Amino acid sequence: MRAASAAPRRQGAAARWSPRQAGRAKPLLFLLGLFPAARWIWLGLNDGLTANPPEFLIRSSGVWALAALCLTLAVSPLRRLLDQPALLRWRRMLGLFAFFYTALHVWAWAYWERGWSAASMWADIMQRPFVLIGVAAVVPMAALALTSTRGWMVRLGRGWQALHRLVYPIAALSVWHFWLIRAGKNNFAEVYVYGAIVAALLLWRAVPALRRRRSAQAGGGG
Amino acid sequence: MAKLDIPCIPPSQITPEAVWRSRREWLKRAGLGALGVGAGALAPAWGAAPPSFAAPRDSRYAVDEPLTSEKDVSSYNNFYEFGTGKQDPSDHGGALQTRPWTVTVEGEVARPRAFDIDELLKLAPLQERVYRLRCVEAWSMVIPWEGYSLSELLKRVEPTANAKYVEFVTVVQPENMPGLRSRIIDWPYVEGLRIDEAMHPLTMMVFGVYGKPLPNANGAPLRIAIPWKYGFKSGKSIVKIRLVERQPATSWARIAPDEYGFYANVNPDVPHPRWSQATERRIGGGFFAPRTRTLMFNGYADQVASLYGGMDLRRYY
Repeated sequence: MRAASAAPRRQGAAARWSPRQAGRAKPLLFLLGLFPAARWIWLGLNDGLTANPPEFLIRSSGVWALAALCLTLAVSPLRRLLDQPALLRWRRMLGLFAFFYTALHVWAWAYWERGWSAASMWADIMQRPFVLIGVAAVVPMAALALTSTRGWMVRLGRGWQALHRLVYPIAALSVWHFWLIRAGKNNFAEVYVYGAIVAALLLWRAVPALRRRRSAQAGGGG
Repeated sequence: MAKLDIPCIPPSQITPEAVWRSRREWLKRAGLGALGVGAGALAPAWGAAPPSFAAPRDSRYAVDEPLTSEKDVSSYNNFYEFGTGKQDPSDHGGALQTRPWTVTVEGEVARPRAFDIDELLKLAPLQERVYRLRCVEAWSMVIPWEGYSLSELLKRVEPTANAKYVEFVTVVQPENMPGLRSRIIDWPYVEGLRIDEAMHPLTMMVFGVYGKPLPNANGAPLRIAIPWKYGFKSGKSIVKIRLVERQPATSWARIAPDEYGFYANVNPDVPHPRWSQATERRIGGGFFAPRTRTLMFNGYADQVASLYGGMDLRRYY
């Protein structure tokens, strides 16, 4: 097992970024994370939010939330592929951006679709499976955002990692939510793209885990 | 306290709308004419100004609400033959060939025939009617269309007793309609009405909007407008009208029968599976405008409710 990690490094350890170096790129990452919001403002000032700005913003915030979630899930595979363990330093910020755009998506729905009425929001959740599935993704995501601080990592100890594995079902629910919205219009091109990315990112984790389990069983038996 | 003195204008001094409108048109034409003369000297082919479709506004079809801007009307459209984005029709609609154009009227009629678009334009006097448009996606517009009742055309082909339904077929121009590459809809786009709905005076053949020929994004050179039904019922860029005995298999009803019914009458009490139809967002209402209540039959209940007497509108949505 793990033959790849035992093989000699191509560039040697010198090319690896230190955690400090990766940390220095974080302000840049922060600015990049604000790009979607900045784009909305630019479009808003230049008459670019279509004739139906609320609908545009509801959809755009949802898609950007999913994109940020994909980037968050890509951190671990990229750390290994690029042999840059220090990329871990970016993961929390990416995850928080995913939550930021998700929160805006929920806010936009609550305000423009349901007029801030709690009864109306509740009715929408209960009547429409795709909204319910969205909520099922948002609630644990809020818990992950809340417990993303160092203090909570310490407090939860080993439970923290178990809790944060919820990001996998959250990603799957998000794609499902997206798929259901597009199903009525039979318009799946974007859903397939995001679905394939999320599937690849989850399989990248699931396949080695399953293989480990199987070889552990085989080892136990022999 | 002095009352605010509002000057009273005697009705005799109010310029009739038709007069001020025609003056505006005259100014526009004069301007275009001057442009044409100037341009004609430079490039003769370019001098052809778009024909004016200014038509007298029919006061029976007035809507007591502000019109949606011309820009929004022609840049926020669902016309999947050009792509699924709302701006795709205005961005990618330019290549559509709208001349020459013929509309075949066939099926259960005594006198089937093909009509040239120029003949259709003269078939009956064009009127301007202001209609509400309510999209099934819960947004709406108020639009001044130019055209006449579809019944004017149908009368001329003499539907037989077997003509129970009318089917509208949209053009397919693969080289000019990039959206046709996607398999979202089994092209061509087909819509339909019951014959009494099609003969209703509100059901309109539309050739122009805002006093100009229809932009391609709105379904040039002619489309249907049925103001009491969700927008997808109003087929665009029509090339064929068939009168048939059986209810046509219409495009959206085939794709998702639980979401889009054949009737698709605007009905605030029957929610779409994925959203409520009780309210709508008026396009151009501004960023923070609240949603407005959707009216039964989109506000045309007085005219059309009698078509559906005894029908369960929840079942036949």
